[in-house]
Amino acid sequence: MDTLATYALRLGDDSLIAGQRLGEWCGHAPALEVDLSLANVALDQIGQATHFLALAGEIEGKGRDADKLAFHRDVMDFTNCLLVEQPNGDFAQTIARLLLFSHYQELVFASLATSKDARFAAIAAKAVKEVAYHATLASDWVVRLGDGTEESRARTIAGLDWMWRFADELFVMDEVDAEALAAGVGVNKAALRGAWDQRIDAVLTDATLARPAARRPVLGGRIGRHSEHLGHILSEMQFLQRAYPGATW
Amino acid sequence: MTTRLTGGELELGPPARSAPRGARSNLQTMRAILADVPDPEIPAVSIVDLGIVREISDTRVVITPTYSGCPATFAIEQMIRAALDAGGFADVAIETTLAPAWSTDWISDEGREKLRAYGIAPPPKGAGASALKNALAAECPRCGSNNTEEISRFGSTPCKALWRCKACAEPFDRFKCH
Repeated sequence: MDTLATYALRLGDDSLIAGQRLGEWCGHAPALEVDLSLANVALDQIGQATHFLALAGEIEGKGRDADKLAFHRDVMDFTNCLLVEQPNGDFAQTIARLLLFSHYQELVFASLATSKDARFAAIAAKAVKEVAYHATLASDWVVRLGDGTEESRARTIAGLDWMWRFADELFVMDEVDAEALAAGVGVNKAALRGAWDQRIDAVLTDATLARPAARRPVLGGRIGRHSEHLGHILSEMQFLQRAYPGATW
Repeated sequence: MTTRLTGGELELGPPARSAPRGARSNLQTMRAILADVPDPEIPAVSIVDLGIVREISDTRVVITPTYSGCPATFAIEQMIRAALDAGGFADVAIETTLAPAWSTDWISDEGREKLRAYGIAPPPKGAGASALKNALAAECPRCGSNNTEEISRFGSTPCKALWRCKACAEPFDRFKCH
């Protein structure tokens, strides 16, 4: 795959795995309103993934569409960040993951909306309005849980602590990122770190929580080195196409 | 001959540019056909009311999805196809565009009234993303009170939030600002 195809693939994989993971809550959330919220967020993410993966396939030019890329690749071919494949855990851990990811996505999409490449810009301009809602939802819940009962507070701290080691990977600029940026298409993710820190710190302050202790960052998702969790996600997500290759509605 | 539909032009009216008589009536016929295609999830309003139809020409109809993951997108395309075929416009293509991104500001005044009558509080016009942070109180579609509160920012479809009226005690859907 060339650089821009890979760039689109990464954006698509982030949204796809985030949405598939969040979708596991459907029918299991602690309240009906929460169930609806998480399913709606997951739906937005999978919609964004469809657009980015379709674009990746178009740039690649080998006839792979969004479905082909989602259902017919193996674990090491996925380029999502490690954060999104982390287990849902309890509700607080899921919300902690959504907090870190949605604020990151909002900053990335706001920047990508000014891309020189109209195809990337169009998807991002649409998606940024959706993820603004995700970020608000996650922020509200972190405040409610963090500044809530002893139990909800302890679980939120534990959830943030688990997710924190996967935050650095979001802002790493490797060759693909650098080339996409130089071409006027991609986003300078490293430059978004300051704004992201401010946003997260503001939420944590509201939630009366301290920033988690610094952790050795875990990297590798962008080049296909994943945790064991991704394989389990794919075994469920890809089951139908693996059992009945090419099946359609 | 092409008619681009912007917020102010969503009402059925003459095309923006003058055109030969035959072409003009064709476009008007197509517009009328599309204005009869209901949104599959909120059948009280048409796809034209919602601002989903962006452009109508002799050769193509351009539509845009409301949300990236809106599950109604495919259904809408199929319904438009069926309506155009039945109206004698089988050769008119349907194309989808993402830019500019759909906004609730494109919902027509008529569409807003239809939503209200159906029990869904329409989004404030021109509020855009600013309404997200300090959500303005919705007006209850049943009793008109502004004494309302948000129950959940995410509702039964991607485009709606769940609200409650403290005056008449009824829950209601609110079209989210987008």
